Amino acid sequence: MKAAITSTGNAPDSELDQRFGRCAYFVIYDTESKSTEFVPNPNKDAEGGAGPASVQLVASKGVSKIISGEFGMKIKPLLDSLKIQMVVLKEPGKKIREIIDMLNH
Amino acid sequence: MFIIFVLNHRSYNMSPRPSRLRKVSSPPIISGFKPYGTRKGEKKTGTLFLLLEEYEALRLCDYEMLNHHQASVIMKVSRPTLTRIYARARQKMAEAVVMGKQIIIEGGKIYFDSEWFACASCGCYFNNPEKQEEVAICPLCHSNNISGFDKGFDEPETDLARCADACICTHCGYEQPHRFGRPCKDEICPECRHYMVRKGTPHSRKTSKQKRYESSHHKYRKRSGQ
Repeated sequence: MKAAITSTGNAPDSELDQRFGRCAYFVIYDTESKSTEFVPNPNKDAEGGAGPASVQLVASKGVSKIISGEFGMKIKPLLDSLKIQMVVLKEPGKKIREIIDMLNH
Repeated sequence: MFIIFVLNHRSYNMSPRPSRLRKVSSPPIISGFKPYGTRKGEKKTGTLFLLLEEYEALRLCDYEMLNHHQASVIMKVSRPTLTRIYARARQKMAEAVVMGKQIIIEGGKIYFDSEWFACASCGCYFNNPEKQEEVAICPLCHSNNISGFDKGFDEPETDLARCADACICTHCGYEQPHRFGRPCKDEICPECRHYMVRKGTPHSRKTSKQKRYESSHHKYRKRSGQ
């Protein structure tokens, strides 16, 4: 099962990004093979529609849940139709490494 | 040709409104019932499907002992719709008992209560895209210390308070809480000894002499309002 985590940087020590559509990197973590992949977000500075474009990017990786600080208005119906779970974590400063540890727990 | 087109066009517009999604608080703990001890020589009795919305109507009306109005508020449908669902549910239950049919509880146009959940161990919120299935563990820390997030905010309590019915006297305006199982029209106003009616119904508005007088004299009403 794959999970996507929004990240501010491309290292395991970087923090969780509080935005979904305009985060800097997506961390695609596979809970079975324990592999992490950092994907830079091309929609970081997009003017509009960053959320749906990011959903498309993440969905193409085949994730089943997304962990982020916040999700925009347009995203919920999209993710509902794709059957992707949203996890809202309101803890700014939480490190990617800690979140991966929680997923492994 | 044109007439045929118009007729076709109109018949397309005649399709009914899509029905509202019914809210079901939680899925039933079993997926059905099976009869036992069929008499020898009897044929197979067959199965019937009890929809989840019918299960919920049955649960609210017969198990929780709510009246149809309260149950309809909880299920987010109109009162007549709930009564129709409930009637279907009873019909099916009776058929199952009489005909010895197996009951399978599934289907229906429904969604489950509390789309969002909160985890008490890690403090995260998450939703459940698989609405037909119940969530048991937090997707992040895998603890089972979860609770429905919108339960505290949801309006059932206020909605139920709103449908706490009252009887009103159309003559003097005296109100009293409705007594369960006793028709309002049998209640007698303790102040002016007139018969009372259910508050909020068109009936109660129509029979009020004073209001009828006011509505026929708009000027009078405006002035008295100021």
